[in-house]
Amino acid sequence: MGGYGGYIWGAYGVTFALLASEVFLLLKRKRETKT
Amino acid sequence: MTAQSIRWFWYASPQAFFPLAGRIARICAVLAGIFALAGLYVGLFVAPTDAQQGEVYRIIFIHVPAAWMSMFIYVVMAFWSAVGFAMQTRLSAMMARALAPTGALFTFIALWTGSLWGKPTWGTWWVWDARLTSELILLFLYFGFMALQAAIDDRRRADRAGALLAIVGVVNIPIIYFSVQWWNTLHQGASVSFSRAPSMAATMFTGMILMALAFWMYSIAVAMVRVRCEIVETP
Repeated sequence: MGGYGGYIWGAYGVTFALLASEVFLLLKRKRETKT
Repeated sequence: MTAQSIRWFWYASPQAFFPLAGRIARICAVLAGIFALAGLYVGLFVAPTDAQQGEVYRIIFIHVPAAWMSMFIYVVMAFWSAVGFAMQTRLSAMMARALAPTGALFTFIALWTGSLWGKPTWGTWWVWDARLTSELILLFLYFGFMALQAAIDDRRRADRAGALLAIVGVVNIPIIYFSVQWWNTLHQGASVSFSRAPSMAATMFTGMILMALAFWMYSIAVAMVRVRCEIVETP
């Protein structure tokens, strides 16, 4: 990544970690509400 | 025309909308996955290295779509808030509540990825210029909307208070969008516009649009699942 790997993977990694967390929390809420 | 109108009002009922939301969520989740895989492939493997910024420009494939979604979701949230405020429809307020966390998430992602792009290209993580500051205000508007909803026990009063904040706050959206034209900012101008051709290579543009579609489908999917939870949880 031309020496910019930390910036690029820092951006992609945090983005997908946050989106995955939202999905996880939402599915947990869905299970709890039995929808 | 009359039959169509009746159908729309029929879906305004939370109970009628519940199964439709489930079907929309499933379709959009699949589409989000397909668009994300295609967008990541084009963005990371097909799009060429930028002549000026090198590889770091690849942050654009999540930064720009996330920034678009942060503004678009707020406009949709304000729209449903306004409909709920004017017509007292419960489902409208539920839609607004369902959209807020995802909007806040994309606003944070836009700020985070922008900061990681800014350091190697501008030499700083953050600068108080008009684009960055107005985007930060958008994040606070989302937080304010969610905090207000959570702070008021009476659901109808909470929805009305949240709707007022969402409607007033929508004035920030054109400020964010036009900030790079109205003020002298460190942030670059729009690379994509409705009035002219994109100022980037076709593969870069394709990757960005695919990721924007992925984020769009993702947002609809999670909002639909969340609104189903809201329907079940609301007494």
